[in-house]
Amino acid sequence: MTRPDGETREYDIVIIGSGAGGGTVAQELAPMVAQGVRILVLEQGARLEEHEFTGRELEMSSALYEDAGGFLTADGTMTLAFGRAYGGSTVVYTGTSLIAPDRVIRSWCVPGLDFSDVERRSQKFMAQNDVHYLPRVLLNDNNKLFVTGCARVGAKAEQFPLNLRGCKGSSLCNMGCPNAAKMGTHRVQLPAAERGDVEVVTRAEALRIENHAVVARVHERRPGEKGLPSSWAPGDYRITARMVVAAGGSIGTSALLLRSPALAALRGVGERFTCHPAHILVAEHEREITNDVGHPKSYYLDRAEHEGYVLETCMYFPFVTAKNLTGFGVEHSTFMRAFPRLQMILVLACDKAVPGNRITVDAAGKAVVHYTFTPAVIRSMVSATRMSARIFFAAGARRVHAPSADPTLIEREQAYRLDDLIVERHFLPGRISVSAAHLMGGCAMGQEGASVTDSRGRVHGMPWLRVADSSLFPDSVEVNPYLTVMALADRVAEGIRDDWRA
Amino acid sequence: MSGSVLAPVRATFRAVAEAVVREAASLSPEGWRELEAQVETALASRPEAMQRQLVTFLRVIEYLPLLKHFRRFSRLSLDARTGILRGLEFSTRPLFRRGMWGLRTLVFLGYYTRDDVQGALGYRAHADGWSARRTTAEMRAAAAEPLGEG
Repeated sequence: MTRPDGETREYDIVIIGSGAGGGTVAQELAPMVAQGVRILVLEQGARLEEHEFTGRELEMSSALYEDAGGFLTADGTMTLAFGRAYGGSTVVYTGTSLIAPDRVIRSWCVPGLDFSDVERRSQKFMAQNDVHYLPRVLLNDNNKLFVTGCARVGAKAEQFPLNLRGCKGSSLCNMGCPNAAKMGTHRVQLPAAERGDVEVVTRAEALRIENHAVVARVHERRPGEKGLPSSWAPGDYRITARMVVAAGGSIGTSALLLRSPALAALRGVGERFTCHPAHILVAEHEREITNDVGHPKSYYLDRAEHEGYVLETCMYFPFVTAKNLTGFGVEHSTFMRAFPRLQMILVLACDKAVPGNRITVDAAGKAVVHYTFTPAVIRSMVSATRMSARIFFAAGARRVHAPSADPTLIEREQAYRLDDLIVERHFLPGRISVSAAHLMGGCAMGQEGASVTDSRGRVHGMPWLRVADSSLFPDSVEVNPYLTVMALADRVAEGIRDDWRA
Repeated sequence: MSGSVLAPVRATFRAVAEAVVREAASLSPEGWRELEAQVETALASRPEAMQRQLVTFLRVIEYLPLLKHFRRFSRLSLDARTGILRGLEFSTRPLFRRGMWGLRTLVFLGYYTRDDVQGALGYRAHADGWSARRTTAEMRAAAAEPLGEG
């Protein structure tokens, strides 16, 4: 039957999103297909062919990121990066695989959720995704200098476990690995689900959720666009299902629920948004270093518990680097021309959920993210910037670019004055570049009445609707979030299987 | 907003771009067309309201110097233009700071995504990664290097 919403299709379970959450749920539910359960995954982005991962900055960011990676918060002071492709953000992350700390899970106070369960499930996916430490031969100077600098300032850099298989060190992780080496859901969980006859439809944008149904629009592949056409004809569809699983990420899922009139009674959607606001810090060395070859993010320094920040190695592409250097003109150009001598550190603040930092939708239903830097976040970022500058200089850098300093370039001779030069009053939102890629919260787990879902992603009062992504986090996770998303999605899938049997 | 966003403010945009990236001043007419095409592509997917804000902001920049310099922005020296943009960057009004940040980001997008510019910077990322850079002997040497304090 055709309705105003277009063609109607029937499934038993519809999963919206194919990233760490949706991909995991799809894989874990796939065995149910053999029992006659029809499962569909809707993914807004495209499925790229191997040869389309070129590593070219502009074309890949347009193909793989929402708003080409330039999604801005409502007041325009922060850029949010999240994936929009078959595999979601797992296509564009660097594969760093850390288990959420015990103290964080405890602080979330979610009834029914404990660390040992998260840990056990995280380990399952670490094994599945081939998580291991990169051999020394594949480490570049950018990472080695971080280790050296940390050691010289009395800090211990830790190596990231990474989910790679056959990494060639292209350094292009954030543009989608051109060598199919990163074990995201597009390489592991989604293919497994499809082998189990779960249907995955790409270019399918979920417009709204209705009672036991999803209204979706399948988009045409435009001329020159990367990716395969959708397996469904372009147009609108109303897809009925006994169960709907929202896994479109913190922003995607929150916006979808908020623009769905059938879910208007839900309270707390969009709230408790956190994102680990980040700076890219850059230092110039006297000599060329290997930075744009090798895995970019191999080490980190964890100061989350007591100082509210984490430092990670990183290396970005020319445009992203230019954007993240504060200022413009001669000094900026001079720094850019030193590209082969640049070392980079990513500073992440472990922000806390506060009222006001939340996701809403505009009149057209598009997500709007409201975010204000709290004094605690500014303090953490400034403190982390000072620490990074110490590490850079200890590693031999001749000058450091510090966004929260005026002037932003600090020469080696001034290294003894870092506490005076890098100060909170120079953290000027709107002038300095802040970006975030760890988007969390919006459909928080917790007690009924004070949250959106229970600990298994069941939306309170709507057992047919589940959430399975980082929007479940009641507060920031303080580590790279994908593994925790997979662990929680695994719990959601288990809950669905249990409920189905019942 | 259909068609070119930059067309009505092209002179101002180029004058801003030259101050933001000094090397842009030496771009050929073809180079400018390519830079602007990248910016137009990026703007095309943005809401019309944002496109209008950009045009308005560029018009404000164009006429702002009349008060002090008695000349329009696009007719000022490079140093004078830089001074005006610096004032916007450090403005006490967040709106101006954000506008300036957005504008410089667009210029960087148009300039630093060019293949010739990336090559000139020495950016050499390659899909083949290490094997495009090091010989087997160099790989062996790298594996033996100490890590840490050294």
